[in-house]
Amino acid sequence: MDAPSPLPPAFSAWFASRGWSVRAHQLALLEEARAGRSTLLVAPTGAGKTLAGFLPSLVELTQRGGEREGLHTLYVSPLKALAVDIARNLETPIREMGLDVKVETRTGDTSPAKRARQIERPPDILLTTPEQLALLVSHRDAKPFFANLRRVVLDELHALVTSKRGDLLSLDLARLRGLAPQMSAVGLSATVREPADLQAYLGGAGTPSGLVTVEGGAKAQIGIMATRRRLPLAGHVTAHAVDDIYAAIQQHKLTLVFVNTRMQAEFMFQALWSVNEETLPIALHHGSLDVGQRRKVEAAMAAGRLKAVVCTATLDLGIDWGDVDLVVNVGAPKGASRLMQRIGRSNHRMDEPSQALLVPSNRFELLECRAALDAVAEAAQDTPPPRTGALDVLAQHVLGVACSDGFDPDALYREVLTASPYAELARADFDAVVDFVATGGYALKSYERFAKLRRSKDGVYRASNARVIQQYRMNVGTIVESTMLKVRLGRSRPARPGGQQMLSRGGRVLGELEEYFAETMTPGDTFVFAGEVLRFEGIVENEVVCSRTSAGTDPKIPSYAGGKFPLSTFLAARVRAILATPKEWVKLPDEVSSWLHAQRLKSRLPKPGELLVETFPRAGRFFLVAYPFEGRLAHQTLGMLLTRRLERARLKPLGFVCNDYGIAVWTLGDMGAAIARGALSLDELFAQDMLGDDLEEWLAESALMKRTFRSCAVIGGLIERRFPGQEKSGRQVTISTDLVYDVLRRHQPDHVLLRAARADAATGLLDIGRLGQMLTRISGRIVHQPLDHVSPLSVSVMLEIGREAVHGEAADEILAEAEAQMLEEAMA
Amino acid sequence: MNLAAQQVIEMAAEAFMLGRLAVVPDLSGALYLPDERTLVVADLHLEKGSAYAARGVLLPPYDSAATLRLLGAAILRYQPARVIALGDSFHDRGAEARIDESCLATLRACQAGRDWFWVSGNHDPSISAAMGGTVLDELDIRGVRLRHEPSPAGALPEIAGHLHPAAKVRMRGRALRRRCFALSPSRCVMPAMGAYAGGLNVRDPAFRPLFGLGFSAHLLGDGRLFRIDQRLLLPD
Repeated sequence: MDAPSPLPPAFSAWFASRGWSVRAHQLALLEEARAGRSTLLVAPTGAGKTLAGFLPSLVELTQRGGEREGLHTLYVSPLKALAVDIARNLETPIREMGLDVKVETRTGDTSPAKRARQIERPPDILLTTPEQLALLVSHRDAKPFFANLRRVVLDELHALVTSKRGDLLSLDLARLRGLAPQMSAVGLSATVREPADLQAYLGGAGTPSGLVTVEGGAKAQIGIMATRRRLPLAGHVTAHAVDDIYAAIQQHKLTLVFVNTRMQAEFMFQALWSVNEETLPIALHHGSLDVGQRRKVEAAMAAGRLKAVVCTATLDLGIDWGDVDLVVNVGAPKGASRLMQRIGRSNHRMDEPSQALLVPSNRFELLECRAALDAVAEAAQDTPPPRTGALDVLAQHVLGVACSDGFDPDALYREVLTASPYAELARADFDAVVDFVATGGYALKSYERFAKLRRSKDGVYRASNARVIQQYRMNVGTIVESTMLKVRLGRSRPARPGGQQMLSRGGRVLGELEEYFAETMTPGDTFVFAGEVLRFEGIVENEVVCSRTSAGTDPKIPSYAGGKFPLSTFLAARVRAILATPKEWVKLPDEVSSWLHAQRLKSRLPKPGELLVETFPRAGRFFLVAYPFEGRLAHQTLGMLLTRRLERARLKPLGFVCNDYGIAVWTLGDMGAAIARGALSLDELFAQDMLGDDLEEWLAESALMKRTFRSCAVIGGLIERRFPGQEKSGRQVTISTDLVYDVLRRHQPDHVLLRAARADAATGLLDIGRLGQMLTRISGRIVHQPLDHVSPLSVSVMLEIGREAVHGEAADEILAEAEAQMLEEAMA
Repeated sequence: MNLAAQQVIEMAAEAFMLGRLAVVPDLSGALYLPDERTLVVADLHLEKGSAYAARGVLLPPYDSAATLRLLGAAILRYQPARVIALGDSFHDRGAEARIDESCLATLRACQAGRDWFWVSGNHDPSISAAMGGTVLDELDIRGVRLRHEPSPAGALPEIAGHLHPAAKVRMRGRALRRRCFALSPSRCVMPAMGAYAGGLNVRDPAFRPLFGLGFSAHLLGDGRLFRIDQRLLLPD
């Protein structure tokens, strides 16, 4: 390079000493920063994104003369671990170049003393998470603290913006733009479908940021793992591929084995160890494990002491732990973009191709893997569309602003509109949120005297007392976990004569389990956790007490959900296309193509755009199987609504199961015959008006809806988060949000929190939005195939029966069955 | 017994004997004593919502109205000559001052034309005359004692509240938790009727000293009561 270097000498020398040259995008970002423009950097993993993001700040900080001027750069990452990791990575260049730059992290683990000191004497660069940023922005000293802020760096922006955390961050970003008008933002993102959405998010609605794109390096080498054993028709455990996965691990330096759920991780880890004849160092990493345990695995990875790690999405984000040379993705990828980001974990050098293998668990998943491979080959992206900002998150933010300096509603409304998820927020909705925060937002105005916000003569709303501020600070954040119970080793002592069985505790804590999972177990059940088979002894206070089992005990693993993420719409469309195009089937393994040929022969395959519905009798019951390919969540909602309608048609539905691809409903009445004689119309059964009254009626009692409401109530600040140990204090302390939901729904159905919960339900656990699109798509295009027996395709759905909880019964049916069971026993 | 009440009983529920006293658990959570034309309700916890609001948790202020509507409907169906509220009718001492006019009007309408007894509970040790009715610590009916807190040592058969019994059942992978009556030949612990009253699982140790010979749980379903054997009930 002959042109004068745009970098200060110390930087040029440092780059040279490493044998690196400054990359074009790093220079582009320097340029943008000098001009004070916000910029989005879209680059594949390994492109030196993080260094590019910090380079302008490091250069500016070196060039400043004299004293520190407070916080210069704020870095926000979705993961605490990532912030810590980045701090470590920044230390190297700073030390080697001898720069006088102070870098610190601020996370939930930071001590109160250090936090206080950071406010008083801020470092140059502070690395933190969205929740901690919300606390900083609502701090009473927020104004002086951010006065000289020059830059905000948002890492893994593509992952942040898809959730309520992204909504919260957008609002805090809007606030920062007000507190520090000189500030510019840098977003670091993996490749996305619509960079413009992120540019609007970063720069603010109406003032989109600039864009720097780095084209992908070497194309990844991805294949579907050929297995010696046949691919099963259904199931999610992928047991058939364990030997082959082990063989791949043997042949590589460090393999990441990604699975979709914690349970799958536990199973795969166990299975790999059961064939681990060479006792290769294979570790387990998932979010429920004890933090200390996770840190150990991470350190061992970074030090190159491991051969493979079985992990969930907790390792999904850009943490660079070591020299990974193979990524194995077990189960269906669910989305093309997600898959590409995972694959990026392997080989953090852009110029070498990443190696990845997909391992489908069943034949439908194989179709999905095939579709994902095609998508990756043409670099098609299916990142989700931008969010509409949630009202419960806005409520939390409004309370936060009231806790710092207070706000004038007109000014705050204008500021909120600059946060891109809230760009379309109506003033009436904003006012409803403020009213909710202040006095609960009820039609019955009886809480004026208990108001959390008070408006002073100058029109400014402020928190009415110190307790409100404390409540806010305890409850900040948008992640509402299902209640977790600690898993502790202990043992059950034999009962003393006439006494209660005693559970002794005092053993080691192994990690945490969801309360609902613990509830499914009875003492004596065995399950896999933290890589060993444990015996469930009981729940004592807030802990699951377990004992170790003797070697060779088979775990009773009660449930395998297919995965947290539903199949993306984009991949679903591609899978439907493969089904409809027999000439594509040559790309599929024999057992899969012959399965599809058999389906064509014995039943039929839907043409593009059609919905295939099969009906057949089996074991004294009548089955209806449909293949919408819209993901488990939308199917679950569809199942609830279909059973209601079949009930009304007097066909006596008994239950249904579903997976990501299809749904099976069974009844006592003969649906096939009812269709044949015109008593049941499939067009009417699947008519869009099911999203009207039927949906409303079901939502009234839906446990999923109640869970959604609870999460909105916590985020919106109606009720307080439960903290471990708090439950002990008894039943009068915590109020059940289910009761609040029932009362509110009946008395004020348009309340802002219910609206927030319905908006969540549309995209979240109930996926009503997607169900609606599907019903529109298939309207008038349903093909019915009456059959005498099970079809090849339907087997894959039918096999979910017994594996998954059967849905569909109303509460009273469940109770009636329990009642009847007792009668039966009495008669026996 | 009037005809309407007779029909309700035949339609909805069977009667159980508590000593010499016939009792009919109702889907609303009330207990009807047909021979006495008496309706018993427990743990209304009126103004629990506003009690939380005073502490900064602004729950919807509709709980008293919801509870009184449920109570009013039960009274309309059974047309009792006497109503006994079995304690914790008001959530706290301040409840009387906070309850609004329209709820008070509903309460007065419920009281009109019948005897009304407030049995005092730990949440409402004193109830003012403004709330109407007669305040008692406990009372006996046909050899059965009615009081707020169950007393394990009591010699008489007993009807009590206080514990807010709820029961959990699991069938085919789905768990359900509902308020319930816990019933034995000598004791009935009634479910809480208050809209915001939580439930305590009947497997909790608090119930153990009360039912030496076991009990059956009568769960409040959507359309009727369900009698579930103790052995099928799950802890939380």
